[in-house]
Amino acid sequence: MTDAATAPIERTKGPTRRSIERFFGNRAAMVGLAIFLPILVAIITYDWWWGSGPNEIDLRALNKGPSPEHWLGSDGVGRDVMARLLQGGRVSLIVAVVSVAISTVIGFLVGSFASFGGRVVDASLMRLVDLAMTLPPVIFLLVLASIAGTGITPTILVISLLSWPTLSRMVRARLLELRERDFVVAARGMGAGVPHLLFKHGLPNCIDILVVYATLQVANAILLEAGLSFLGLGIAPPEASWGNMLNLARSTVVLEQYPWQWMFPGAALVLTVLAINFIGDGLRDAFDPRSALN
Amino acid sequence: MTQQPYLSVRNLSKHFKPAAFSRGAVVKALQDISFDIPRGQVVGLVGESGSGKTTIGRSVLRLIEPTSGQVMLDGVDVTTLSGAQLRHQRRKMQYIFQDPFASLSPRMTIGQVLTEGLDIQGIGTRAERRARAEKALMAVELPVDAFDRYAHEFSGGQRQRIGIARALTLEPDFIVADEPVSALDVSIQAQVINLLRDLQTRLGLTMLFISHDLAVVEYICDTVIVLYLGRIMEMAPAADLYARPSHPYTRALLSAIPSPDSATRPQRQILTGDIPSPANPPSGCVFRTRCPFAIEACAGDVPALREVAPGHLRACIRDDIL
Ligand SMILES: Nc1ncnc2c1ncn2[C@@H]1O[C@H](COP(=O)(O)OP(=O)(O)OP(=O)(O)O)[C@@H](O)[C@H]1O
Ligand code: SF4
Ligand SMILES: [Mg+2]
Repeated sequence: MTDAATAPIERTKGPTRRSIERFFGNRAAMVGLAIFLPILVAIITYDWWWGSGPNEIDLRALNKGPSPEHWLGSDGVGRDVMARLLQGGRVSLIVAVVSVAISTVIGFLVGSFASFGGRVVDASLMRLVDLAMTLPPVIFLLVLASIAGTGITPTILVISLLSWPTLSRMVRARLLELRERDFVVAARGMGAGVPHLLFKHGLPNCIDILVVYATLQVANAILLEAGLSFLGLGIAPPEASWGNMLNLARSTVVLEQYPWQWMFPGAALVLTVLAINFIGDGLRDAFDPRSALN
Repeated sequence: MTQQPYLSVRNLSKHFKPAAFSRGAVVKALQDISFDIPRGQVVGLVGESGSGKTTIGRSVLRLIEPTSGQVMLDGVDVTTLSGAQLRHQRRKMQYIFQDPFASLSPRMTIGQVLTEGLDIQGIGTRAERRARAEKALMAVELPVDAFDRYAHEFSGGQRQRIGIARALTLEPDFIVADEPVSALDVSIQAQVINLLRDLQTRLGLTMLFISHDLAVVEYICDTVIVLYLGRIMEMAPAADLYARPSHPYTRALLSAIPSPDSATRPQRQILTGDIPSPANPPSGCVFRTRCPFAIEACAGDVPALREVAPGHLRACIRDDIL
């Protein structure tokens, strides 16, 4: 009953701990992790345990189906589909992760400038965001991609330029609300400038938005990369990516007679995107204070 | 030698403009506020919700920009400072918040909360900052092992002590305490008030103590200011104000306090009607829409604050009452 200063302090779980526990209690998210982690490990480590490289040519195996030597078969020039699948996954994931990292940083910075930069900066940035959001994404992407060209770096650039506006809005809304909170006013009262407020208070309190957004956006970026590469605008052969492997299926011969050449990358793409979406949804629920009630 | 007051507020006004593109009137939260606080004294600021208490406290500390007026703190005009000068000035003036839950970041340990100001100000080494934070914890009678815990592990009263400790870490001379106990359990309000009073005397703090409750203010303040709709109604030494309230509004507030010696209190007098909107305050005396003594002349000019006894000021045109 008394609030004596010396009263024992009860240890309870913090909000972060509770979020983590909720995440690990989420079945769909765990299924997602169970699918995604093995894929990730295989993609990262394959050159240590898989015999052939993605661009090695085996002239004895042209368009051959799965065999003990080529588990997932081989393609029209005798390259191992398994090796290309794993290398393609590596490229697709690198493109996705790097472009999401870039767009997350852009989104956070734009949101920060808008919320801390005063009325004029805020108004102009938000009109810019409105504009970016009203551009039809497919057309925007195609135009950008044809300007930037093919290859890993241009693809990363194109994808990262497309996805920051939504995030910057969420960050701005969160920071505007945060700015009025008493503990932020207290920091101002102790002399804190914008950098301190942004990195000591803004960033830690946006971390849930950033993590959830980045996770879901990785899945999105994998799909975007696949779409671009499928159209021949993303990653160009001979470099492998899931998208340009699927590109092979545009030939009816491959589509009908050599299904292993497109089915496996297709399956890998679908599984990975699905798994990451499960994880992202799990994270969102875990961070959502309303789900703390159950 | 006449000593200049530590804090001197002159003609302070704050008008909140409606957000861009939204309809709505300018809210005149503060109108022409002037008062002094001598060094080492506590001035109480009392008024109903919405009367502008927080706005005064935050304007004085430049946590919001006043529309006009002057705030001299220890001889320096706070309203004209900027950049490094303002940051340096902030070491001298600190704020204690009303809500002990909103005022501590859920993502910082108490140690981080207590060293934040020292980090910002670049005071001391890591070890010195920690030592100063621990000293502040001891000053508010909390165990030092609170250092590595998060705010949610503490009760409201303990959190409020942490908020007080944070205000002390920069070793300020002047503190604005904005309703520091009104969010707390009644059973622990007295403890926190006592703590604040002890600290104030021990450290010789100058303080602006905000409350909506005249009874709390009586105990800790030297002078009391009664605020209504952004204007000062009455200002007097505490004892004087309670013994001889001279403004109809103060009388009404005092009569609402339950007291054992009811003989010395004016008859209970209930204020009728709502506080008018600060967007559209009444002309003349802002209290006239609820004043039992209002006459036609009250709608004319804004009553000036006049001295009715030494150090006792009030803003009412009727000298024939009270
Ligand atoms: N940021 C703001 N924008 C617009 N109006 C505001 C803002 N802050 C305060 N106000 C208005 O100014 C007036 C005074 O508010 P203030 O918070 O200073 O009152 P208070 O006396 O502290 O009240 P309480 O006892 O509820 O804390 C109120 O009418 C309020 O609505
Ligand atoms: S000036 Fe008139 S309305 Fe105002 S307090 Fe005095 S009597 Fe009441
Ligand atoms: Mg207030």
